[in-house]
Amino acid sequence: MRILTVSVLLFGAFGWLLAKQQSQIQGNIVAHPGKPLIAVPDFRGSGAAASLISAFNSTVASDLQSSPLINLVPKTVYPLQIPQQASDLIGGVAPPSARAVNPQGNRLSDWSLPPINANYLGIGYGAENKGMLVLFGWFYTTAPNMPSLQQAQVFGKVYTASLDQTGAVDAGHRYAADILAQFGGKSLVGTRIVFVSDRTGSKEIWVMNWDGTEQRELTHYRSISTFPSASPDGRTVAFTTYAAGYPAIQMLSIDTGRKLPFYNQRASMNAFVTFTPDSKNIIFSSTLAGGSAQLYMAGVNGSSLHRLTSSGAIEVEAKINPKTGADLVDVSGRTGLPQIYHMNMEGADVERLTAGTGEATNPAWNPDGDHIAFAWTRGFEPGNYNIFVMDVASKQTTQLTANEGRNENPGWAPDGAHIVYASKRGRQSQIWVMNADGTGKHPLTQAGSNEKPVWVNAEQ
Amino acid sequence: MRRRRLTLTLSSALMLVVAAGCHKKAAPPPPPPPQAAPPPAAKPVVNFFTAEPDTINNGQPSSLRWSVTGANTVEVDNGIGQVSPDGRRAVYPTSTTTYNLTATGPGGTATASTTITVSTPPPPQPAPQPQGPTVQDILAKQVQDIHFDYDKSDIRAGDQPVLQADANALKQIFSMDSNFIVMVEGHCDERGSAEYNLALGDRRAAATKDALVALGVPADKLKTISYGKERPLCTDATEECYARNRRAHFSAAQ
Repeated sequence: MRILTVSVLLFGAFGWLLAKQQSQIQGNIVAHPGKPLIAVPDFRGSGAAASLISAFNSTVASDLQSSPLINLVPKTVYPLQIPQQASDLIGGVAPPSARAVNPQGNRLSDWSLPPINANYLGIGYGAENKGMLVLFGWFYTTAPNMPSLQQAQVFGKVYTASLDQTGAVDAGHRYAADILAQFGGKSLVGTRIVFVSDRTGSKEIWVMNWDGTEQRELTHYRSISTFPSASPDGRTVAFTTYAAGYPAIQMLSIDTGRKLPFYNQRASMNAFVTFTPDSKNIIFSSTLAGGSAQLYMAGVNGSSLHRLTSSGAIEVEAKINPKTGADLVDVSGRTGLPQIYHMNMEGADVERLTAGTGEATNPAWNPDGDHIAFAWTRGFEPGNYNIFVMDVASKQTTQLTANEGRNENPGWAPDGAHIVYASKRGRQSQIWVMNADGTGKHPLTQAGSNEKPVWVNAEQ
Repeated sequence: MRRRRLTLTLSSALMLVVAAGCHKKAAPPPPPPPQAAPPPAAKPVVNFFTAEPDTINNGQPSSLRWSVTGANTVEVDNGIGQVSPDGRRAVYPTSTTTYNLTATGPGGTATASTTITVSTPPPPQPAPQPQGPTVQDILAKQVQDIHFDYDKSDIRAGDQPVLQADANALKQIFSMDSNFIVMVEGHCDERGSAEYNLALGDRRAAATKDALVALGVPADKLKTISYGKERPLCTDATEECYARNRRAHFSAAQ
């Protein structure tokens, strides 16, 4: 099967004849077996849209490429004739004489033939209208049993955006999100990533759009400000700062950058906030009772404190299950080197999730609350962390990074299909994104050293 | 009551007698009453003239307050000049000064005086010639870092001599300057997670403080803070560098 598949690509023009004899074979090497193949030829732009259309095209391609829900058919196998709008398409199946040469692109059924083999086709174009960028995007199924073009059309939409680069990128995200929504994808539009950067000289809290655009500084304390987390309603970032001398918790509005009231316990350390699903309560680590840092629960302003753990060992990085709100994981030294533990909201029913080998840290729940991503040194030197995902019920783990530097602080995207993380390849760390299966890794930051990313839900 | 009625009765009888006499002979009109002799003019009165406070340090203000009645002009010397009968004035004498108030009116002159005593603080003691090392010198040179094993916060047996030397040096510091506070900083190497290391550095600082207190260093002179792995001494990926970074370090508390 693999050999045949590779031949298709090697033999090109003749290859498709060979493949035709094996018509049940999907002709492309696919990244996500079993997922649909989608062809989206580049849109073209007229007038003022002409110079912006490449930003739209690359955004669509990048979003689709990085989704584990589909396979994007490489543009190299597309026909020369590209339909640009619904009226360019011809329904029905071409007579065999017409199919003897390379398929013509205007016939919808042509896109389902080798070497394209697409199950779906996305087409469209961009134009300027009244000072705005307008993109017309259609999406069709190439399934052969569709009685008419109308019934083959999955959607046809108009995307209006500002007539500049930002608008083109934004429209691209929306079109790609609409396509992915057909296959269970949740849109990431409006989600953000909070992270720590030292690019202005000291560690400060930063925020950017989920695709890495519009990076801006939220704090400018010229101290050490780090360990951010975000409320599930997408409004508040909590972090730890030395601005007042000791490591203490601070809360900010992500939108306005304003400080929100928070009462810090009198302790040598208050840090690592996790929010309940309703964004009203938090759990954090504090040394307020002396000894090792323990977990405490409080209101979002630090009031109504009560203690959860009394392990005598270090207890940090509590993460409340975002789905249930009834259980949490944390990192504890109660059996030696740091491991990930699971417990209920009273700190009871404690169970170690990780095997006890190496160091396991930085747990992060997926939105469905049944998997955690975490950083683990298993099989590596101390400090050489890689990202793993664990099915919490079965404790089965999957390794997502290897031999790509030190990888830490994974965080799930709200779509449950992407993971953001920090990768240190050389002297500086950068923020990277990958699919939740470990494919499609790409960096979002370049300037300075960037770490501790947290994916923030779109504001509710 | 009874006495008043008696008085009234007597006065009425006397008036009757006088009235009866008038009818008896025509008397010349009485001379005009004499011109009232002008009353002797009253001398001005100085109700008070005070300085509050009456003892100040050089450079501090004092407040003169006064009240005069019956005067046309009121003057205070020492450059203050004519003032209103009731008033106050802030003064900044640089040496002990007696202020005289002169009130002049038709009836004469009244005076009062008040003295502000100015104490000049002595100059600071000449800077002590450095006889020996300062507390900062001792802190920097004699109080050595305590080092830790990986993921551990207990003082290693082999470090007891260093700890004892640190305790001695710290006691010397606090005997030289009873206001001096020392910060015990807990640090970690770069290998563990930043999160776990923040809590581990806290343990290292606390364990070091506890061990020093056990050796007689006053607990209230030592504060602790963890920097986790945020302030490494070195950044090489070598065991030697890791070992240097796993430390409790001593600095002057702000």
